[in-house]
This record gives sequence, structure tokens and C-alpha cells, in this order.
Amino acid sequence: MATKASRSAARIMMAPAVILLLGWMLVPLIMTLWFSFRVYLPLRGGDQGWAGFDNYTRFVTSSAFWPSVQTTLIIVLGVLAITVIFGILIALLLDQPIWGQGVVRILVIAPFFVMPTVSALVWKNMFMDPVNGLFSHLWRFFGAEPVSWLSDASMPSIIMIVSWQWLPFATLILLTAVQSLDSEQLEAAEMDGAPWIKRFWFIVLPHLSRAITIVILIQTIFLLAIFAEIFVTTGGAFGTRTLSYLIFQRVLESQNVGLGSAGGVYAIILANIIAIFLMRIVGKNLD
Amino acid sequence: MARSVTPRRKLLNTTVAWAIGLLIFFPILWTILTSFKTEGDAIAAPPIFVGFEWTLENYRTVLERSDYGRFLWNSIIIAGLSTVLGCMIAIPAAWSMAFVPSKRTKDILLWMLSTKMLPAVGVLYPIYLIFIELGLLDSRAGLVVVLMLINLPIIVWMLYTYFKEIPGEILEAARMDGATLRQELLYVLTPMAIPGIASTLLLNFILAWNEAFWTLNLTAVNAAPLTAFIASYSSPEGLFFAKLSAASTMAIAPILILGWFSQKQLVRGLTFGAVK
Amino acid sequence: MSLKSTLRAATALSLITAGSAFADGHSATITIATVNNGDMIRMQGYTDGFTAETGIAVEWVTLEENVLRQRVTTDITTNGGQFDIMTIGMYETPIWGANDWLVPLNDLSAEYDAADILPAMAGGLSHDGTLYAAPFYGESSMIMYRTDLMEAAGLEMPEAPSWSFIAKAAREMTDRENDINGICLRGKAGWGEGGAFITAMSNSFGARWFDEEWNAQFDTREWSDTLNFYKNMMDDAGPAGFATNGFNENLSLFNQGKCGMWIDATVAASFVTGDDSTVADSVGFALAPDNGMGKRSNWLWAWALAIPAGTQQVDEAKQFIEWATGKGYIEQVAANEGWANVPPGARTSLYENPNYQAVPFAQMTLDSILSANPNDSTVDPSPYVGVQFAAIPEFAGIATEVSQEFSAAYAGQQSIEEALEKAQAITNEAMEAAGYR
Repeated sequence: MATKASRSAARIMMAPAVILLLGWMLVPLIMTLWFSFRVYLPLRGGDQGWAGFDNYTRFVTSSAFWPSVQTTLIIVLGVLAITVIFGILIALLLDQPIWGQGVVRILVIAPFFVMPTVSALVWKNMFMDPVNGLFSHLWRFFGAEPVSWLSDASMPSIIMIVSWQWLPFATLILLTAVQSLDSEQLEAAEMDGAPWIKRFWFIVLPHLSRAITIVILIQTIFLLAIFAEIFVTTGGAFGTRTLSYLIFQRVLESQNVGLGSAGGVYAIILANIIAIFLMRIVGKNLD
Repeated sequence: MARSVTPRRKLLNTTVAWAIGLLIFFPILWTILTSFKTEGDAIAAPPIFVGFEWTLENYRTVLERSDYGRFLWNSIIIAGLSTVLGCMIAIPAAWSMAFVPSKRTKDILLWMLSTKMLPAVGVLYPIYLIFIELGLLDSRAGLVVVLMLINLPIIVWMLYTYFKEIPGEILEAARMDGATLRQELLYVLTPMAIPGIASTLLLNFILAWNEAFWTLNLTAVNAAPLTAFIASYSSPEGLFFAKLSAASTMAIAPILILGWFSQKQLVRGLTFGAVK
Repeated sequence: MSLKSTLRAATALSLITAGSAFADGHSATITIATVNNGDMIRMQGYTDGFTAETGIAVEWVTLEENVLRQRVTTDITTNGGQFDIMTIGMYETPIWGANDWLVPLNDLSAEYDAADILPAMAGGLSHDGTLYAAPFYGESSMIMYRTDLMEAAGLEMPEAPSWSFIAKAAREMTDRENDINGICLRGKAGWGEGGAFITAMSNSFGARWFDEEWNAQFDTREWSDTLNFYKNMMDDAGPAGFATNGFNENLSLFNQGKCGMWIDATVAASFVTGDDSTVADSVGFALAPDNGMGKRSNWLWAWALAIPAGTQQVDEAKQFIEWATGKGYIEQVAANEGWANVPPGARTSLYENPNYQAVPFAQMTLDSILSANPNDSTVDPSPYVGVQFAAIPEFAGIATEVSQEFSAAYAGQQSIEEALEKAQAITNEAMEAAGYR
């Protein structure tokens, strides 16, 4: 249906968004690239001249680099696994006829409305605190020694906090997909005596694949950048330093903008590798 | 795919669903409860659930200490304007991607999403320097623009997926009847996409409301929203669970209430075109 | 309305809302960035008096310590001009002063009596003899202990105890059944948290951060002694999860009666004897412990007010600083809330005031402050200034990473040897990058 006129109109209408985003991406990107080749130390008076590739080599060879990439991936994958699996289960459950469905739905999506800073503060102080936290009371009630969650089980704790925040999002999207499932097909399969695991695997899951794709894509974008949850809870200690947290430490704590910028460039590269990887796997699901 | 089930099955489902719902909601409930306790009751062992002496003392302390109204107003203005502005830029873009697709449409869409992956802290200094240059530090206008840009890719994408579900024939019919492009957009497309646009607005309002890096680092007084409000309560001295809970409740209450009232809308619209 | 004009209207609207904020800026308003601790919050309550007196309105930006640091550092290094007064510490002041980023405070009024500021504080807040920040309160660290528990354990706290006595007392006071830990100490990662404590403690064990050629010293016997002593004592007598406890967490524990001893900032003395404390009646004080090597394990710190060079309102800012850190403010707080609650550690005259001398922790605070010397804090000579930090721009970043390794060792995730090895590598790496070695 595209005529020549509508094509040019389309271009014009797309222009503001594209130009703005191009600007938003290019200006900081070029500045980051520029800084990454400079010795830029704000506390020593700013720009100290050309650095060549020093910042790049220094950032990768630092002992903190690979662990931080690993930590980033573990958090992203862990949260994705938890939110997708539990999201599907809760979505299937909420789709069943139950009393007070509306209220339950509200309860389930509520964490999505909570600021990351607030949720991290609440979890850290009121639940995971080894002396006064609710978990420690619970553990003591059952006669167990309270766990120091944020030091002894730091990664599971952070994955749990983040999963709690993103589970509602996954559930919501999966729920809309479940609701559009053709119930006749399912009933027919049930008549044929297919066990529920088979029905789930061959009918429900394929139907949800597109929704799962979208959950993974959107969440990955946000999870690669999580910051507040780590800043508030462990401050990057106990093996929870992600790549973006490492960059934060270089830029703001060590006040080495050149080094941090080089890290930023690596982070962009990593994000794009993940993006391309994701697109390869899920791209065909998005048409 | 809802089907009729036996009452017994329904009872079982209901019990499990409520248990899970309450479990997920519990941290929020606990925060709200704690905000009405005295500091002593807040850390009592074993914990007290409802049988404590209810007090508004914490809210009074927090209100006395900080100008809650100003933070709240800034949050509303910044999140609201950035969302509306974002939608105004995104609707035409999404329209052209959905109805006049070209070979590059998908690439552009994915590129837009990839701009969201830039680690914010890596560009803090560049952005801060630009903001100084433009005199935008601690201004709502500056934050509105930044948050709009951060969320624009998501808005474009969400709208694109809705628009794609709308059959092109209807638009074509409108065009046959002599509708201009603007009329087509305003009177034919928009009304059909209202659920989608509404949930896009909602989702992005929530995302903008909760954004805590730029809103903290680019503001001081005039433009500081609720994220900055909460940053002044995060680790005060002494016993603080109850005060922290009160401040937290005040920071999340507006968006929580908005979310509850609009959750039907959100559920209906938040599909990202995932439903086929 | 066409799309374009809609857009234009929206932009205009957002600009107007932004602009309205500046509309009422005719009468002078100063913006102050500050940390969210008790004394600062109290000061905010008194600023109405300042405004009434001078006609200068005050806007507060109150932030948690870590957020505050990152916020003001970004602003000062880029000359952002967001604040007229910044609350900074002894670490930042000399570095920023050396860069001419702060307005010198050498012309304060005679009435203000700058000579009255405790020499230790004035020294730490100066660069090349020029004062760049006025201390709002100053602190060292000391032992706060439960006299009742000490008695029950059949021990008596000396005025100036040694580490071996502290370790023994901590183990004896510990009563896991009743949730009483013999000793609570900072273990939380961060250079201003656990990093500050362990550095001050290491001074008394004869350790230092750098030798005179700026080589990291974590491969020395002294550091391994310090960490092993700390960890053994805390494992036996410390609270669960001590590796994540900082000042606030320990204060809360102590106030709940869950600590026998606590070695931390002297300002905490007024909190543990105040209304929020359940053990206020049975708290004693003693000097921070030593190891017989001539250095004690107490630090020196001040939260101070400084004026960034980029501000347009130097005079107004100076007026505020004179008001907030002057003698009048102290008297005002004393009159309203009692002498125990005045900001401590900043002025000599406060400690000469008989009213203040009656406060139980006054003398011990002063003694602690006087026994810390930023210019000679280590047993072996070191090239840096500072007790629990080294006043070089790179230190905060390095020390935070090092303290993260230490915290991981406290939590048992790696051995102390591993933590020290990593600390050594991190430090040398960063010092090389900065061009020291």
C-alpha cells in the first residue's frame, strides 16, 4: 500500500525520533570515545593529555574485569530464568477461574511499582538484616542460625531482589499471552488423554514463545544496567560487582574518567554482542 | 483459555493463587505496617504483625524534615511530561514503521533499543558537562528531556507492535474517503490504538518515576524528585526501620495507587504485540 | 493543532515549569549539600533562626553519605555551580583546596574566632596553612562499652587498654544465648566505613598503606597480623554478619543492648547515651586500644562546611558558615537540647566550658582527638597525610576496592592471605596508573 507520497511522509514522521535518539546516542558516545583515549582525572585538574590505548589495556587487564563480566551475566541469566519460569506458572494459575482474581492480580504486580532504591533498602534492612531482619527471626524460630544474606549469599540475594521487581512484568506479559490461548485446542488434547506435561510442552509453550521472547529482550536491556540494587545492598562487595558497577567505581570512586570511559566502551560492545546474539535467536519471533 | 472447573478445583486454585499473591505482596505490606510502628516495635523480636500501637509519628517526622510536596510535584511533572512528550514523538515514528515498513525498519527499531544499553554512569561526565553548558542542571526541563530520551525506544517499540495489529485496510479505506495523513492519524488510528497508547503511557510513567540515576545526579533542589527524597533517608543514625518505612511508603504510594487503579488497562495493553 | 505546534507547546510548557523555579530567586538563597546524619539534621531545624536574622534563605540537599560524595565531587570537578556550600570531610578538603576549587576561609570575622578551632581539626582542613573548610563537628574514635556487662565478666576497663585486653574482654562478655556480642566493629566495605576502621587499627599494629616510595605494604607481616587479629576476635565475639556492618548498623545494635563493646566515632557517644538507647545508663568510655607500639587505633575526622569556588554568593555562604560553626550555634543547641547534644570536637572553648566538661564523654573525646596526628600516624614513616586515609586523590577508589576484598575475607569467602594479595595488586596497579611508581 506504500505509495511514494506516504513513503516520504513516513520518513518525515520518523525523523524526530530517529534524530533525537541519534543525538542522544552519538553525542555521549563520541565524548566517551574521546575521553577513553585521554588521561582524564578530574581530581588532578582534568584532561592531562593523550593516553593512546592505555585505558583500554588497563581496564581489561585489571583483575576485576572478567569477574565483573561473569557477575553481570550470572545476574542477567539468573533473573531471566526465575522471572520467566515463575512468570509462566503464575500466569497459568491466574488464568484459572479463582475467587478474587482482580485482587490477586493487583497483589502480584505491585512490586513493579516500587522504586529499585526503595525495594533494595527494604529487602536489605527489613528482611535480610542478620540481626533484626524478618528472615533472621524466621530462621531463629525454626532453631536455625540466621544467615548473613548479603555477605554469605550475596549473589542469590541480589538475584532474588531483582527477580522480585521484575516478576510482575514477566507475569503481566505472559498472562496476556496465556489468555489468548485457544482453549478448544487444549480441551481436544485433554480428551485425547494427553497428560498435562505434554499439553504444556506442545501447546502452551509454543504459544507463549513470542511473549517469552519479549520478556527476555526487554528485561535484558534493563538488567544489564542494574545499579541501585547493588549500590544500596553490597556496594559491589562479595563478588557482586557487575560491569556497570565497575565502571561506576572507576569513574566516580577512583575519579578516573578516562579509564571508566574505556570501560564504558567495553560495556557497549558487550551489550551489542548480547543484543546481536538475542536477535539471532529471537529475531524471527519478532516479525 | 479459561474453562469451567469443579468447585473443589477452584477452591484449590484460589488458595494457591492467594498464597502466592500475598507472598509477593508481603514486603510492601510489611513496609506499610512498619511505617505505623514506633522504632522500638519495628525491631521487636519476635516481630509484631498488627498488635502494636499504631502511630503517625514517623510520618510527622518525615514531613517535618523534608518538603515532601515539592519532591512529589517534581516527580509528577517530570515523569508526566517526559511520557507525554515521548509519546508525541513516538506515535508518528511508530506509525510510519508499522504502515510504511521498509527493509531497514527492523534494523532501526533494534538500533533504537540498543541505545538503551549504554551504561548510564559511563556518560555521566559528558552529560553533566553538556548540562552545565546549556544551563540545564537542576532544571525540570533537562530531566524531562533526558528521561524522554531514555524511554523513547521502549515507547516507539510498544506503539509499533500495537499499530501493526491494526489492519492496514481500515486506514486505506479512510484514505480513499479523502482523509489527509493527519486526519488518518488523529481520527482513525489513534482511537483504535487507545488501549495500547494508554498502557504505553502508564508503563513509561512508571519507568520515569522510578528512574534513580539521572534524577539523582542532575538535580539539587528545584528539580529533585522522590528518588532524591528517599536518598536522604537511606541510612540515618540509630533506629530507623520505622522512619525508613514511612519515607518509602510515601515515595511509592502515589505510583502504587495509580497502578492499582489502572491495572486493568495495563494488563489489557501491555502485550508488546506478544499476543497473536 | 499540528504536531509541530503541539511539540513546540510541550517544550515551552516544560521550559516554563523549569523557569518558574528561578522566579523567586530575588532575595538571596543559598543551597547547601549535606549528609543525613543526626547533627546535620538538627542544624536544619535551626536555620529558620538564621534566615530571620540575615534574610538569607537556605535550601537543603540532604543525601546519604555515599550519594553525597559522588554528587559534590562531580559538581566541584566540573565547576557545575549547583551548591553554595558543600559538606565535606578531612579527606576532600586538602585535595580540593590544593586545586583552588574552594574559597579560602582566612578572612572570617574576629567574632567568629577562627583561632578557637581545635588545632588538630584546623590542620586537617587546611592546605598550605590556609583553612578551606570550617568544622561543624569533629571526631576521633574511642571505645564505648557496657559497664554492667564488664562488671558481670569480672573485668575492669583501663583508661587506655591494649588490644589483647579488648580481645579477652570481648570473648568473656559474649553470651550467644542472650544475643550479646562481646564486640561490634565495622566490617562493611567502603573506604569511609570498614576501610577507615581497619586502617586506623593497622596503625596500632605497626602497619602502613605505603612506604616512602609509594609501594603498597599489604605483603607485610603487620597487615596480616592486623587482619588475623580482627577476624579471630570478630568470629568469636562479633555479631552475625559483621562483614556488612557499618557505623549505623553497629549503633543500632549497641543501642539495642546487643554489644558489649563498640569502637567507633566519638560522636556516637551522645547517641548511645541519648533517648534512643536502651542502655544509656550503663555506658563507659575508654581510649581506642593500642599494641604497645606507640600508636593507638583511633582516627581523626571532621564534617566541615566549605564554599566551592564556582558560587556567586560567597558572602552569604560565609555568613552561614560563621553562623553554623560558630560559638552561638553551640550555645543555642545547648540551651534547647542540653550540652550533651551540641556538635562536638570542633572548638577549644567548648572543652574549656565547665558545663560541657560535666558531660560524661567530653574529656575522653578530647583526649582521643588530641592523640591522633594526621601528619604522623604510622609507626614506620609514611609519605602521606591522614590517619585512617591517605590524602591523595586516588585513595578513595583504591581503599574502597581493598576494603571490599577485606570484607570478603571477613565473610569467609576468601582467606586473609588471598585478600591481602589482591589488595597489594589493586593498590600497586592503581598507583602505577596514577604515575606514583
